[in-house]
Amino acid sequence: MSDKNPCENAGGPIDIHAYLGEFDDIPGTRVYTAQRARQGYHLNQFAMSLMKAENRERWKADERAYLDEWPMTEEQKQGVLARDYNRLLDLGGNIYFLAKVFSTDGLSFLQAVSTMTGMKLEDYQAMMIAGGRSPEGQRSIKEHR
Amino acid sequence: MARITHGIACSHIPALGVASDFDKWEDPYWKPIQQGFAPTQKWEAENLPDVVILVYNDHASAFDMKIIPTFAIGCGESYKPADEGWGPREVPDVEGHPDLAWHIAQSLILDEFDMTIINEMDVDHGLTVPLSMVFGKPAKWPVKVIPLAVNVVTYPPPSGNRCWALGEAIARAVESFPEDLNVQVWGTGGMSHQLQGPRAGLINAEWDNMFLDKLSGDTQELRCIPHIEYLRETGSEGIEMVMWLIMRGALGKETRELLRFYHVPASNTAVGHIVLEPVNGDVPPSATVEGAATQEQII
Repeated sequence: MSDKNPCENAGGPIDIHAYLGEFDDIPGTRVYTAQRARQGYHLNQFAMSLMKAENRERWKADERAYLDEWPMTEEQKQGVLARDYNRLLDLGGNIYFLAKVFSTDGLSFLQAVSTMTGMKLEDYQAMMIAGGRSPEGQRSIKEHR
Repeated sequence: MARITHGIACSHIPALGVASDFDKWEDPYWKPIQQGFAPTQKWEAENLPDVVILVYNDHASAFDMKIIPTFAIGCGESYKPADEGWGPREVPDVEGHPDLAWHIAQSLILDEFDMTIINEMDVDHGLTVPLSMVFGKPAKWPVKVIPLAVNVVTYPPPSGNRCWALGEAIARAVESFPEDLNVQVWGTGGMSHQLQGPRAGLINAEWDNMFLDKLSGDTQELRCIPHIEYLRETGSEGIEMVMWLIMRGALGKETRELLRFYHVPASNTAVGHIVLEPVNGDVPPSATVEGAATQEQII
């Protein structure tokens, strides 16, 4: 890094393929890329619709019928009905949108997030109070660091 | 002439809003956080600005997937707290400063930052939680607020370098506003956290404290951190910290730290907070990275 130019890549665009390629190397993480945003568009817009009280009522009355109003894949619909959040992330869901589903269920972020870790809520909460999950070994799949 | 007096960075964890709204600060889980912010509340009351430019991200509240602005500035008269799925927070409406906001919006666009302009929107916890942490529970917020929303949800978010440069452009815009106003810039979100997938719960106190350290002084190292480093080191949602760099860029060449607080956890997240004062508030004359062209060439 020179005194003149604080960032090496500030002079031009970075390689988009290299940029996106690195995202798959992070353990247990689905980065919300354009590809996922496209795949999950209707799933996320469905979730967004639950911000309105009248929609929440209709959703609670008949989840399946409400889902059938949206052009989502059957797999996405099954993922929502099962509240399988890891599956929904794989199918293009974004956590801030999916939050409308678990908020409607009356779950906090802590409760809902713990379901994705395979840990019991008490164990997850205890881990957080003890300082959270260590980044050791969680940074890179390829480099085992 | 308007001037930037200070910068504040603050996590905007929704659970902090719940703790404030339902008076949970005496609870042993929340007490350390209340104590951590008490010096800031006192300091802010003694150093109250007229306007806060509040950099935050919307969490699928005002914006859905239909439109994703990278940088958006609120030029409206006022903003209501958003209903995020459990009813709106019972906090005061947020009063804007349309004169300064429109001045900044125009200045930024002329300075080659292609802003999205928002006249009407609701504001979610990203904006209202920092207000609660710094001002407590007043009947009316004691400052006017210009919301500046950044996309940090759909990749790619803006680079740290671009955020820093936007901060510098905001400083130029504020300095050219003729009215005598004290302005603070707040950067919100972070610190390390991951809300999704099997790696959820990741916290990196060492990295977070490195980040806090390098906000002071004259180093510009933080603007060069690539997205992948935030993702690997600070969890998938740690990327929110690029928003702190808009605040830091707006404070100019050199800063000093007045107050700092760091605590793990609140809910899934590391709470980070810092108050900075400009020592040398100079910013380069254009969005060109400083030194890439000489001042004479730019003019």
